[in-house]
Amino acid sequence: MNLNKSLVVVGGGPAGLAAAIAAKENGINDVIILERGSCLGGILNQCIHSGFGLHAFGEELTGPEYAGRYEEKAEKLKVDYLTDTMVLSVSHDKTVIAVSKEKGLLIIKAEAVVLATGCRERTRGAINIPGTRPAGVFTAGTAQYYINMIGNHVGKKAVILGSGDIGLIMARRLMLEGAKVEMVLELLPYSNGLGRNIAQCLEDFDIPLMLSHTVIGVSGKERLEGVTIAKVDDRLLPIPGTEQFIECDTLLLSVGLIPENEIATGAGVELSPITGGAVVNENLETNIEGVFACGNALHVHDLVDYVSDEAARAGKSAAAYLNGDKKESSQYKTIITKNGVRYCVPQKIGTLTPEIPLFFRVATPSQGSTILIYADGNVVYKKREAYLTPSEMQMVKLSDETCKKLNEAKEITVELNTK
Amino acid sequence: MKTNKNTIYDIAIIGAGVSGCMIAREMSMFDLNICVLDKAYDVSSGASKANSAIVHAGYDPIPGTLKSKLNARGAKLMKTAVKELEVEYKVLPSLVLAYDEEQMNTVLALKERADDNGVSVKTISREEVLTIEPMLNPDVVGALYADSAIVCPYGLTIAAAENAAKNGVEFKLGYEVSRIETHESLFIINDDIKTKYIINAAGVNSAEIASLIGDLSFSITPRRGEYMIYDKQNLCVNSVLFTVPTKLGKGVLITPSVSGNMLVGPNAQVVQSECDIQTTSEGQNFVFENAKRIIPSLTKRGIIREFAGIRATPSGDDFIIRFSEISSKFLHVAGIESPGLASSPAVAEYVLELLKNSGLRTIPKKSSTRYRKQIRKISEATAEEAAEMIAENPLYSHVICRCETISEAEIVEAIHRPIGARSVDAVKFRTRAGMGRCQGGFCSPKVAEILSRELNIPLSEVTQFGGNSKILCKKQ
Repeated sequence: MNLNKSLVVVGGGPAGLAAAIAAKENGINDVIILERGSCLGGILNQCIHSGFGLHAFGEELTGPEYAGRYEEKAEKLKVDYLTDTMVLSVSHDKTVIAVSKEKGLLIIKAEAVVLATGCRERTRGAINIPGTRPAGVFTAGTAQYYINMIGNHVGKKAVILGSGDIGLIMARRLMLEGAKVEMVLELLPYSNGLGRNIAQCLEDFDIPLMLSHTVIGVSGKERLEGVTIAKVDDRLLPIPGTEQFIECDTLLLSVGLIPENEIATGAGVELSPITGGAVVNENLETNIEGVFACGNALHVHDLVDYVSDEAARAGKSAAAYLNGDKKESSQYKTIITKNGVRYCVPQKIGTLTPEIPLFFRVATPSQGSTILIYADGNVVYKKREAYLTPSEMQMVKLSDETCKKLNEAKEITVELNTK
Repeated sequence: MKTNKNTIYDIAIIGAGVSGCMIAREMSMFDLNICVLDKAYDVSSGASKANSAIVHAGYDPIPGTLKSKLNARGAKLMKTAVKELEVEYKVLPSLVLAYDEEQMNTVLALKERADDNGVSVKTISREEVLTIEPMLNPDVVGALYADSAIVCPYGLTIAAAENAAKNGVEFKLGYEVSRIETHESLFIINDDIKTKYIINAAGVNSAEIASLIGDLSFSITPRRGEYMIYDKQNLCVNSVLFTVPTKLGKGVLITPSVSGNMLVGPNAQVVQSECDIQTTSEGQNFVFENAKRIIPSLTKRGIIREFAGIRATPSGDDFIIRFSEISSKFLHVAGIESPGLASSPAVAEYVLELLKNSGLRTIPKKSSTRYRKQIRKISEATAEEAAEMIAENPLYSHVICRCETISEAEIVEAIHRPIGARSVDAVKFRTRAGMGRCQGGFCSPKVAEILSRELNIPLSEVTQFGGNSKILCKKQ
């Protein structure tokens, strides 16, 4: 089937939904969302715990409820969508090729594209855990799918590696399913999860959190029989003599997320080696005109509320592009990040306005550091933070005046003063 | 072919690796009753699924050995075999890299050996090496250049097995041979299989199988090799890159795989048990550090999987392909370590000759075919082809594995083919679902659900690779 569309949104999770809604609200009628799953909502569908929407709605929702709010809105606005539809490629000229369970092969000539393809989990292979390769080693999200989506049980005795929010949530989930969670291990000397999750998911269930520990071996021929854990030193290397064998039939890995950008790569979108997502300007537009990126495909967020917010801006930018009222920024400046600032999104800016936030992450935890933004070497923004951690995405919104200074500057730098 | 308890097989092949399956395929061209037995739950479960996947050109083996003869011949026959069986295969150069004068002398010695083996190779200069491989360590002084190839090793094994099965060969998987008795002119395996001939292609277990008839003429040392696989986007080489060989083997190499990933490895570690396929941090570090000598800019970023395979290193340096001294109907095909994959079509041809010469009647079977079709992939189809495939089978439009773009149609077909997939890994090795960068994170539950549906078994019974490797557990 051949179609022409003003805007194709690749992905119907929280980012894709918010982007499509915003585009529609800004006058683009001819929008279609292509979702590979069997329903809209993306990964939120399996996140049945609460804690979503505190920023966006001022209330605590479950994942499906949060997605539901956007799905209703999309429904009301009559946003077109196709589920069970996998985009195979987006070409440089924005021809989208997809296969759809319902429609078969789709070739869509789009005028603009929003990439909202989400992220995937890092795996055992990516972190190179030695040992045998039995069944019973899952990424946390895969286990979550088995338990929450199709009502199955992954194991009886589990060890979880990684104390990010997904690892913490799954520790509680397994306990509620009747499994015993022996411990949650964290390679770093601090947890990357939210404080409330440590309290509600581990402390309330008496699950030990072992910081500076990792799994150094997997045992078992057919099904997992146990893991060998060890304490790690300052360089995160296992300390000989601290090895311990923990009997378990399940190992869950919650060891990081990576933006999914295969379609972006195929289209020729430039990716950042640090975020793994596209390099974008303040309009969330990639190096290809009319191709936008947002959500966890752009950079991994902590909270879905921020994803929705960012994606709405991508939808709005796409609408502006299609309506022809995009402000031409002939000169994009790359934001330089240094001294403890790992990255900043957007990476490039032409004309910054106060409603566009700068997102960044720090490299290491610190107390009492100051965030500094410079325009041609002069400090234009300064804020002291009591506590900064890599797990928490920082968001900075700038005043009209600061934006003006940055827009006029030749060089923009973001850094941290840890003194 | 209908068989029952009283069936007398002409040939029972023990071992469903690449040797066993290629032999089964070759013998299936004749009017013979053949079975293939393997204790694993799928074909290609041992060394055949975990190796360097290279069709070695044949310069390396010591001239005059069976290895040298079968490697060169096998590499030649492979070109036809992969066409007939529709197996992924790619021609590319292989380079043996020298980093100093001494190593260059080894390269020159290899060149001489190649000449003796009748394999065409040449030495090339540092500049030529760096033109082919710009990412290489610039300290390289020269290399041996050979026209070589890579092949999907489990793809070849599965294809040969499917072809053999189509021609009537019976596969009994999850069948461990623990007893062989000799009665008049027949062998009786485990009290239930009667056969005139036995072919011992049991890989690392072949000495053990030989001992079941009292043949202790050789031993096998299991040598583990560890590998790492890189994501497709991290592929940075165009050829098979070897360092100069040592006594321990061909050393760590870097090569593209037929699927466009990059394979790095192996080390060579003698292990106690032939089942010890664990990876180790020492082994992984060894492989990585050695690979870094070839490509200094290599990082661990982009690694998606580690694995280990066991090579069956025989006593004596050559392949052991001969009848047992204990029984003239018991044929060893043992010690098939590298270049066993490259040699496999020639091993099959050689085995046929030996069997013919031993008096086996070989009447061509009219209904047999040498051809086998691969599962059509939506990811490789043009837009027109995709539309046509979907019109024929709508399941082609339902993508299950996102990373590798594998559709439900491909997975269902893998399950219902001869020697159909019975586990998540079996689906993986037949379709690549789960071999991408998320390593089955998204698709493995869907694959498990499809297996459960198609095989009509509860989801909790679906396994990773057979036996007790159940993915889920029943609720208490």
